[in-house]
Amino acid sequence: MDKDKKTTILNLTDEEMVNPGNRACSGCGLGIVYRTALKALGKDTVLAVPPSCLTVLQGLYPVAATKLPCVNVTFASTAAAATGVRAAMRATGRDHLNVVAFAGDGGTGDIGIQALSGACERGEDIIYICYDNEAYMNTGVQRSGTTPKGVMTTTTPIKGKIQHKKDVPSIIAAHGISYVATASAAYPLDLYDKVKKAVSMKGGTRYIHVHTPCPSGWGFAPRYSVKIGKLGVVTGLFDLYEIVNGEFSLTGESAKSVGKERTPVTEYFKTQRRFSGLTQEIIDEMQGIIDDKWAAYTA
Amino acid sequence: MHVIESGNVAAATGVKLARVQVIAAYPITPQTPLTEKLSEFVEGGELPAEYIPVESEHSAMAVCIAASTAGARAFTATSANGLLYMNEQLHWAAGSRLPLVMCVANRGVGAPWTVWNDHQDTISQRDLGWIQLYCADHQQIHDTVLKAFKLAETVSIPVMVCYDGYLLSHTYMPFELPEQEEVDAFLPPFAPTHFLNPEAPRNFNSVTLPDVRPDLHGNTAPGYMEIRKTLQGDLRRSLTEIEAIDEAFGEIFGRSGTPFLEPYCCDDADYVVLCMGSLSYQLHDVIDTLRDEGVKIGVMGLKVYRPFPDAAIREALCGRKRVIVFEKALSYGNQGALYADVKSALYSAETRPAVNNYILGLGGREIKTQHLYDALTESINNEAAIGDEPQWIGLKL
Repeated sequence: MDKDKKTTILNLTDEEMVNPGNRACSGCGLGIVYRTALKALGKDTVLAVPPSCLTVLQGLYPVAATKLPCVNVTFASTAAAATGVRAAMRATGRDHLNVVAFAGDGGTGDIGIQALSGACERGEDIIYICYDNEAYMNTGVQRSGTTPKGVMTTTTPIKGKIQHKKDVPSIIAAHGISYVATASAAYPLDLYDKVKKAVSMKGGTRYIHVHTPCPSGWGFAPRYSVKIGKLGVVTGLFDLYEIVNGEFSLTGESAKSVGKERTPVTEYFKTQRRFSGLTQEIIDEMQGIIDDKWAAYTA
Repeated sequence: MHVIESGNVAAATGVKLARVQVIAAYPITPQTPLTEKLSEFVEGGELPAEYIPVESEHSAMAVCIAASTAGARAFTATSANGLLYMNEQLHWAAGSRLPLVMCVANRGVGAPWTVWNDHQDTISQRDLGWIQLYCADHQQIHDTVLKAFKLAETVSIPVMVCYDGYLLSHTYMPFELPEQEEVDAFLPPFAPTHFLNPEAPRNFNSVTLPDVRPDLHGNTAPGYMEIRKTLQGDLRRSLTEIEAIDEAFGEIFGRSGTPFLEPYCCDDADYVVLCMGSLSYQLHDVIDTLRDEGVKIGVMGLKVYRPFPDAAIREALCGRKRVIVFEKALSYGNQGALYADVKSALYSAETRPAVNNYILGLGGREIKTQHLYDALTESINNEAAIGDEPQWIGLKL
């Protein structure tokens, strides 16, 4: 990302698109992600949202927390719904508006991946933001495709999840769309700049995958959301990057970590009850995967 | 203009003349020639619309739902398993009160696989809150598409235009094609009052609670149950709109007068056959033969299945000796769905005709005129022997 154009807390816009007092849980990482992304998107935006924590955050009829127009859609259909909104915008002479899909990890990488893949293959002119809290949190912490290995959920209650996390941004990047980025709720300015860049690249499909700590689902005190999100990045487990027209680059805190010693990932695992069942074998395996990944970054 | 074309093209030309703005579709037999024709219209510049070649029927309906919510006139078409893959979305479209129009080229439902015609696909979708209209020939397909948009946008309820796969979708028949100016006079541009608009932001289809709830101004907003009651009330009231639109259509295009039931030889009929789709026209020959033999019999083609025109059914059928319901679908474990609906409509009448139920043509099984003749003769002559169980026509084993 261009260093000259980085947004700081001093020049971040004061304009809010989310009303205060919404229905998010205390310490919800999505609260940060949603507020920040909508600030970057601005007023000329239409949202499509599937059932998820965001549906709850946005409020119960007849009250809504967002100041943007929003269509709530079925679970599997988010990217197709955004496609339909864009088609209508072209058909009714309002093509300048941002059309944004905002979905959770299950709604994106599991049940919603068919519609998302279709939209990416067609190169639909939409921005798709996935907030990844690494399980079905809204329904009570069931495992999803993006739940990491070893994590205790209500559907992996004894042994923890057996499989590794599905790498959804890489799957989306394989479609060859113009912009793919990752971000973290703990680094909102990095997220803000990435959403701004996505807005500036109007015309193609743009995808941003945001690591989103969840106090109730991950098992930590609400005040640690940002701290834990940062640990996820500085341990090298979740990397901040962007792929602009096929060009990969690390950004923000991840870019700064290249060539430096990283915090052991066990420090991240220790902060959350969901990792309480991890064996030393899994911890070593996870550290090995991170080390290999970062060796490739520096090679 | 007088043309000879397939049923699918009759539908496609209706969609084009309706100036649809967004089309999304996924291929399924026997609907495909309709969407191929539409993509040809769009690519060739004849129809200035967005054509989205989606990756599934679920997404086709998602695109239509979102486009309609955003203020565009939207259309899709499907058949059989494609329709059923949409099921969740169909409920969503009705609950969201979107004036979508969808053509369904009726086809049997797997398993086992069949691509041929019956009505099980749409009959199984009767409880969605959609309006369901059925066509008997190509002219009706074309006209019904135009009337469907008018109706949908008048009552804010989505409309299915159903016609027999292959029997109508792939056969060629002559029909009248109206001029664009005539259609424009009948169907003005789509002008929704609420749509996705940053100037007046609204949150559509958000979570409702079991009870009513005040809004920010202290006014009581409806709960889920009130919203659903409104849909039911508006569906029932749409029967009146169907009549009014039929009349308005007749004034411009000269074809009207049978909004619910299309009778043939029914004025003095003691026996009336009731069915949907092209079968009612196929029965004309059988009716003629039986009339020649002195039997006072006629046939009625039902054009509106949901909302069910029960008052029109009572008015048309009370006073007859016997009603024989022919159906290409079954409510498995019970009876023909239409048969049960007809009996329900007749229950409140003082004098009720006897009613028989015949199931035929499932999975495209050929419906032979002789079989129809035999069934009607049996029903008329051996009425005591036929109970409430549906009788099957054309079985070979």
